[in-house]
Amino acid sequence: MDSYLLISLIGIPFVGAILVAFLPRDRHLEIKGLSTAVVLLTLVLSIYPFLKYDTDLGGYQFIREFAWLDSLGITLSMGVDGISAPMIFLTGIVSFAAVLISWNIEQRAKDFFVLFLLLVAGVYGVFVSLDLFFFFFFYELAVLPMYLLIGVWGSSSDFITFIRNKEYGALKLMLYLVAGSVLVWVALLAVYVEADMGTFSLLSLESAEFSESFQRIYFPIFMVGFGILAGLWPFHTWSPDGHVAAPTSVSMLHAGVLMKLGAYGIIRIGIDLLPQGAEYWMPLLLILGTINVLYGAISALAQKDLKYVIGYSSVSHMGYVFMGFATLNTTGMGGAVLQMFSHGIMTALFFALVGVIYDRTHVRDIGVLEGLAKRMGFTASFFAIAGLASLGLPGLSGFIAEVLVFMGTFQDYPIFGVLGIIGAAITAVYMLRLLGKVFFGPISENWKALPDAKPVEKFSMGILVVFLLLVGLYPKPWMDLINSGVTPLLERVVGL
Amino acid sequence: MMNFWLFIPEFALTALAFSVIGIDLFLPKEKKIYLPWFSLFGLLGILAMSLAYLSGKEEILYGGLFLIDDFSIFFMGFFLILGVIVILISTEYVNKHLKHPGEYYGILIFSILAMILMSASGELLTAYISLELLSFGLYVLVAHGRYGEKSTEAGIKYILLGALASALLLYGISQIYGLLGTTKFSDIHLAFVTESVSSLDMGIVIGIAMIIAGLAFKIAAVPFHMWAPDVYEGAPTPITAYLAVGSKAAAFALMMRIFSNGFISIIDDWQMIIIVLAALTMTLGNLVAIAQSNMKRLLAYSSIGHVGYLLMGIVAMTPLAFDGIILHLIGYGLTNMACFLCVIMLYNATGRDDIEGYAGLADRSPFLAMSLSVALFSLAGFPFFAGFTTKFYLFTAVANEGLLWLVSLAILNSLISLYYYLMVIKQMYMVNPDDKTTLIFSRVNRYVLGGLVIAICLVGVYPGPLVELVQSASQSIFSYVP
Repeated sequence: MDSYLLISLIGIPFVGAILVAFLPRDRHLEIKGLSTAVVLLTLVLSIYPFLKYDTDLGGYQFIREFAWLDSLGITLSMGVDGISAPMIFLTGIVSFAAVLISWNIEQRAKDFFVLFLLLVAGVYGVFVSLDLFFFFFFYELAVLPMYLLIGVWGSSSDFITFIRNKEYGALKLMLYLVAGSVLVWVALLAVYVEADMGTFSLLSLESAEFSESFQRIYFPIFMVGFGILAGLWPFHTWSPDGHVAAPTSVSMLHAGVLMKLGAYGIIRIGIDLLPQGAEYWMPLLLILGTINVLYGAISALAQKDLKYVIGYSSVSHMGYVFMGFATLNTTGMGGAVLQMFSHGIMTALFFALVGVIYDRTHVRDIGVLEGLAKRMGFTASFFAIAGLASLGLPGLSGFIAEVLVFMGTFQDYPIFGVLGIIGAAITAVYMLRLLGKVFFGPISENWKALPDAKPVEKFSMGILVVFLLLVGLYPKPWMDLINSGVTPLLERVVGL
Repeated sequence: MMNFWLFIPEFALTALAFSVIGIDLFLPKEKKIYLPWFSLFGLLGILAMSLAYLSGKEEILYGGLFLIDDFSIFFMGFFLILGVIVILISTEYVNKHLKHPGEYYGILIFSILAMILMSASGELLTAYISLELLSFGLYVLVAHGRYGEKSTEAGIKYILLGALASALLLYGISQIYGLLGTTKFSDIHLAFVTESVSSLDMGIVIGIAMIIAGLAFKIAAVPFHMWAPDVYEGAPTPITAYLAVGSKAAAFALMMRIFSNGFISIIDDWQMIIIVLAALTMTLGNLVAIAQSNMKRLLAYSSIGHVGYLLMGIVAMTPLAFDGIILHLIGYGLTNMACFLCVIMLYNATGRDDIEGYAGLADRSPFLAMSLSVALFSLAGFPFFAGFTTKFYLFTAVANEGLLWLVSLAILNSLISLYYYLMVIKQMYMVNPDDKTTLIFSRVNRYVLGGLVIAICLVGVYPGPLVELVQSASQSIFSYVP
């Protein structure tokens, strides 16, 4: 079981995609049922490393290697540590919630689910890979289906003053992300050549001694390359456009999990392999991360489209992740990783909720949506929970993560800690305003006959809400895991 | 005593070509549909025979004119399989759009023979003659749709510029011969190593530059690429595919031999020329491709871009980089074959090859749209498909030789290329067609396309066995250099 666990996390969605591809086109029930079963199975498997990872032992566990290409030193090697285990679990939760939400897809359902499952396989692949080649392989594989998923099944924003069609969003997202992987690819090759060990294995490359000047040149390339996917300012502009254009379940998966791939890349490859470079450039990351927080929050204030608010809010929240990385202490870094998990759940929930509302009303204009809570009580209360988690209410997951990040930041950079808290305050402004306007308050005539979320949607969102509360009330299992992964990483940076 | 028996596959190919043309004379018109199958099984027979008979043989024939080694045997297999695929994708096209199938298939087999000889030649003049045999075959094939304006135009352009290229090549060869007194690769190498010529001799540099220019014409490297888009657009589409893959692979095989066996010791004198060629070729090819509105022209420029990547491997000049070249030739070859087959199938069904003709293909034929997307994503270098793995191998090998800046340029170019591939995918999936009828394709084409797509994925995820074959080929070519 243990030794085939990780390969099956990649293999099952992949085989699922092939099976779905061979189902007849019009058998929607079978297609959706099979996809759901596949994703449910991977969810169950993804819990396993989360529960069974031995934090006392530390390091990489569940390691498994398959020979692939000797001449370049590429092996398909996989393993899990305290950072990737929660990420794998996150992928399991969000992909399951997303597949449930996409039961309402009717147009070309087969193509959708094939691409969706490929996306899931790619995401798992990144989180379990311990080989730079395969890391990059799956990283690109996760980007590949996005263009079609957004361009075909997405929706356009259509305001009188502001028109963004879905093809625009899809193309922008694709080109930005691939531009990021161009940088990553160059830096990977540089690491491979500089180490001169003839291997792409992360475990071997960790022992390579990279000169300080090399680390200083190539760390920012990794940082920006991965940062693009993580929504790092000023390369974040694809993210609101792309997420708004994407269909609900793809926004959930993309904002919830894929953006974390970028952040994960920065620590797993950037900080791990080039610790001195990381130390040198972290102040810049701190500044950019703080701009992320403030700029994202202020932009969210100004949006008229409900989905754009969420899009910018996720840019803002990813800023806390960067700030946490930049502290280079256990508190801040641990908070950042927890924020990755917490934001993944939260933003998936947000996008699911916006999807439910849009499905009923076919409107996302905040000016038009009013008093929905009267008709959509369930949706409204979930939105309130997600909103409160987002502004950092104690008892919900966002609070713990953000407090840890702030505490970490205050240790060395108190000014930035204050700026971060100001960001949280702005979040409170736009979230509460949004909640007040859209859900509570007098209902407008248009929405008198609105149905609430369907049971399958309630179930999907309910899972996400449970985890928001669980992490908020009892974060210990998460923090133990994360600290066991973050501590050795920081030893590499500080110990040098 | 030389072992002439090693030449049996070549003799058999010649016989097959003549018999296809001969049989054609006696066949009544309605029976001519059997000609491709006759050629096909002939090629398969020769493939099986030569692999069984030649594998592991290593010998120098005619005092160094031809070299039988793992490299030439590998390419023999490559070109024979390529020939089989080209014949398969030609059947319907030739029936519908061309006349004189006998000449078509006969000349095709001759040109396969020429490519095999090119990759086996150990001397400049043999290489030149093989190259001419290939070129003449291609001149005829390009102009085979001779009642169409475009095909005729393409034929004339190709023959004029091709003749110019041959002249350059011949001039380069005579320079080398004049100064060194030999045309054999191994003797050229010896002459450079021992003494006799100073490497800075202007005549030698001019000779090498001319040879590079002549070959650059054949592979359509910038600035010698002008013919390619017009010829690609005008030629019958199966021949375009054949040009894009076959003649390029043959020219690269020849380049690998010449530069590694002959000119390796004075690499500093010519390396810069090829670096500049490579950088120009990939950048210009990919940038100009963005502006194209015809699918065949788009693929022409995209293949120019790929030539730029491949040239980097020649610059790096190591066994690992040659692995990369050969692998990428396979990855690029399979992918381009799939692309052009999609172009052929759509053209056979609708008569269109402009990019707007692809609108709504996902509704009209999901299978074709899926296959073309796979092929385009593979060309753009996305994982899971051959294009990613082979490109990664090539780029890594080149970066290993301290050419990371050139590789970075190549990676940046992959990003540019993604843009125009996405434009085609957008047409297929996101634009509504005027005409919504479902498209119907011949069974042969569907099976071949399915096979190619599977092969693209297979090379993409499990290249191990293939890499072993390729390694033995590229190692054998370096065994001549002491």
